[in-house]
Amino acid sequence: MLIRHTPPDHPAEREVTPEALYASRRTVLAGMIAAGLVPSAALAAETGSPVGRGGALSSHRTRSLDESLTSLDSVTHYNNFYEFGLGKEDPARNAGGLRTRPWSVTIDGLVAKPRTIDIDKLIALFPLEERVYRHRCVEAWSMVIPWVGFPLAKLLALVEPLGSAKYVAFETLNDPRQMPGQRTGALESWPYVEGLRLDEAMHPLALLTLGLYGKVLPNQNGAPVRLVLPWKYGFKSIKSITRIRLVDSMPTTSWNRESPHEYGFYANVNPEVDHPRWSQAHERRIGDFLPRKTLPYNGYGEEVAGLYRGMDLRRWF
Amino acid sequence: MRLPSAVFLRRWGVQLAMALPLALLVWRWGLLLQGGDPEASRALGLTAEPVDHTINYLGLWAIRSLCLTLAITPLRRIRALAWLAGWRRPLGLWCFAYASLHLTVYFGLDLLGSFSELVKDVLKHKFILLGMAGWLLLLPLALTSTRGMIRRLGARRWQRLHRLIYGVAVLVAIHFILRVKGFQIEPWLYAALLGGLLLMRVVPRARGRLAWRAI
Repeated sequence: MLIRHTPPDHPAEREVTPEALYASRRTVLAGMIAAGLVPSAALAAETGSPVGRGGALSSHRTRSLDESLTSLDSVTHYNNFYEFGLGKEDPARNAGGLRTRPWSVTIDGLVAKPRTIDIDKLIALFPLEERVYRHRCVEAWSMVIPWVGFPLAKLLALVEPLGSAKYVAFETLNDPRQMPGQRTGALESWPYVEGLRLDEAMHPLALLTLGLYGKVLPNQNGAPVRLVLPWKYGFKSIKSITRIRLVDSMPTTSWNRESPHEYGFYANVNPEVDHPRWSQAHERRIGDFLPRKTLPYNGYGEEVAGLYRGMDLRRWF
Repeated sequence: MRLPSAVFLRRWGVQLAMALPLALLVWRWGLLLQGGDPEASRALGLTAEPVDHTINYLGLWAIRSLCLTLAITPLRRIRALAWLAGWRRPLGLWCFAYASLHLTVYFGLDLLGSFSELVKDVLKHKFILLGMAGWLLLLPLALTSTRGMIRRLGARRWQRLHRLIYGVAVLVAIHFILRVKGFQIEPWLYAALLGGLLLMRVVPRARGRLAWRAI
């Protein structure tokens, strides 16, 4: 098995390909097809969306982190995705049956221009950014992951939220045939739902995510589109989204409904406020043997603490 | 090659069987530390979080050996299995060994050996308190497991003391249930098994009393 550790300053392949050549890739491909060098299917894959061969996503790195990346193998084989089983390695085994095409995301509720967007259109809607974020699970483990996506704020601006919209509610696909976990009682009710205050959702760190490690999301990581909110516990970053609704009151969220004294609506990473059953002061970074200290807001305090000024964080955990 | 005799297996089978999971764990850790890449952990069967996995694995084997220990008394009533009586003490001691390793790895590698963190964890988190209490109840049982201690205590007092094992069963069943996130079936299966083993001790005794009255 090949595990590639790329240092953050290492140039990606896309960075060493001349832009002009990259921009003319379709012409180049067409020429190759004409010459009978490549099957025509390759061109079909290249048209309509920036998803290239092997699921490659073209993006520009806009955010690095001076911490080593968690290996692709760990990122894709250590997942909490109860729709595909309770064990951490279950999603990698069981998510193969998830069909991510056709797929669309509906954005409606208190907006001027509700829309249903096809996934391939969504991918092509805005320039894709690669951002390296820390990822902190409520279970006290963490990773460092290079995500690919665009700010959620851009998508929300597109549908023009009304003045009455105060919160954003998110919903995962509801299909027990594709998601075997939904046929069990692992959670009280399906589909998985999450929510944010509108100003949290508009925060530039909130990433609507379509890929990781330069490729489209693997199914077990929440394909084809998920949320990534690096300052919150992982369960807030809902996977396989089909619906985004703008609403005027605090929406129900799955883990909060499941166990309200354990999982709050905000769920901001906070070493000071323990989970009732374990401490949140430390975390186990995947790839390290010994635990490390957890940072307030997972290290993103400078950027997001303003959202919660004046709030009692013990009460609104 | 001569096959090991039945006598040998009856004597040492339990030790071999119970040492196997520990040997496997030590072997995997040896490979992991030798390789030097912590992320090789998953490929070695230690999951991406080797320390967390180790704590859970040791705890699970402690519960499994507790179930086996408690299963001996009902099983030895079957005449063909009467020889199992000799397995009760080694199984009980293996339960103590796995529970102690479980506690040691948690204390050493999760809390980095900090007693103040341990006290904080025990006071703050119910499931840790229950687990800790379970281990503390096991401690006197392990210490009085020798023939000499039975003699010194007297069979009756020794037996009364060793009924603490029932308390341990209740504590660890709840400890496991409270540990997992959401509703998971596994800890409930162990709780049902332990509950069943405890019930088997209550029911025949009540029936025996009734039978005595009927005479």
